[in-house]
Amino acid sequence: MKNFNLEKAGWLFMRGSGAVLIVLIFTHLSVNLLSDGGVKAIDFAFVAGKLANPFWQWFDVTLLWLALIHGANGMRTVINDYVLREKFRKGLLVALVASTALLIVMGTLVVFTLDPCPVGSPAELLPSFCPVA
Amino acid sequence: MTTAQASAAKTRIAGTLYRGHEGMWSWVLHRITGIAIYFFLLVHVLDTALVRISPELYNAVMASYKTPVMGLGELGLVAAIVFHAYNGLRIILVDLTGWGTRHQKAMFYVVLAMWAITMLGFAPRHLAHVFGA
Ligand code: HEM
Repeated sequence: MKNFNLEKAGWLFMRGSGAVLIVLIFTHLSVNLLSDGGVKAIDFAFVAGKLANPFWQWFDVTLLWLALIHGANGMRTVINDYVLREKFRKGLLVALVASTALLIVMGTLVVFTLDPCPVGSPAELLPSFCPVA
Repeated sequence: MTTAQASAAKTRIAGTLYRGHEGMWSWVLHRITGIAIYFFLLVHVLDTALVRISPELYNAVMASYKTPVMGLGELGLVAAIVFHAYNGLRIILVDLTGWGTRHQKAMFYVVLAMWAITMLGFAPRHLAHVFGA
């Protein structure tokens, strides 16, 4: 691809992902903060109940990847603007890429490997669909 | 400072289309809210990962999000997110339409109005959850 330009791709990505993130984050905040009980209703049973559903698994993973890449690309611009010592700037960019990759891998594993009914946990902490031991 | 120097300093600030006007303040707010949301996201992916360790641990950490102080922090976070989202749409319109740049000031006031309306809808319900009304 002769006309491919990485900075232009990044510029387009910020606009495209930004538009998608508005829908994802407003949904995320509505479900987690505005439904009955709001923030006080968030516990293991609530989260495990959501993540037992493939819809919320893919929703959360899309949110995770887009939000972290959008955020990290924004922070790259901020670092490039303010950090003038070349070595320090490069070091920060390396740390930024490493922490982003780590969180993406870890978060994706959490979403797809969570056991909603871990054996040995008291039933009152688990989603209501878990079999009573 | 001599009179000549004082008037030189003054003309450097006056007569600019950008400095001290809507264009500059929208950029300052977009950058500050973006950085704040990014640091929240780093912590947030880590706290969510605790569901993978044990229900007891996740619930214990989530309890700290349900205190009055954190409840006000969440209100501030949502305020930052909503501003960043609406102003992001304004940036997209400025960049991708022929008319956007001409109306960027008016659109900044539309962003502020939509932000106020959204927060008036969100704040009472969230505060009722946090303060248990
Ligand atoms: C105070 C506001 C917020 C609350 C109460 C909240 C709550 C939650 C909860 C309960 C989960 C667990 C799974 C689920 O319910 O989907 C979660 C996951 C997640 N949230 Fe939020 N959230 C908030 C704001 C945000 C924001 C602003 C972002 C993006 C910038 C975000 C991104 C994510 C992501 C990516 C996950 C999945 C993390 C993973 O599985 O590793 N959240 N959030």
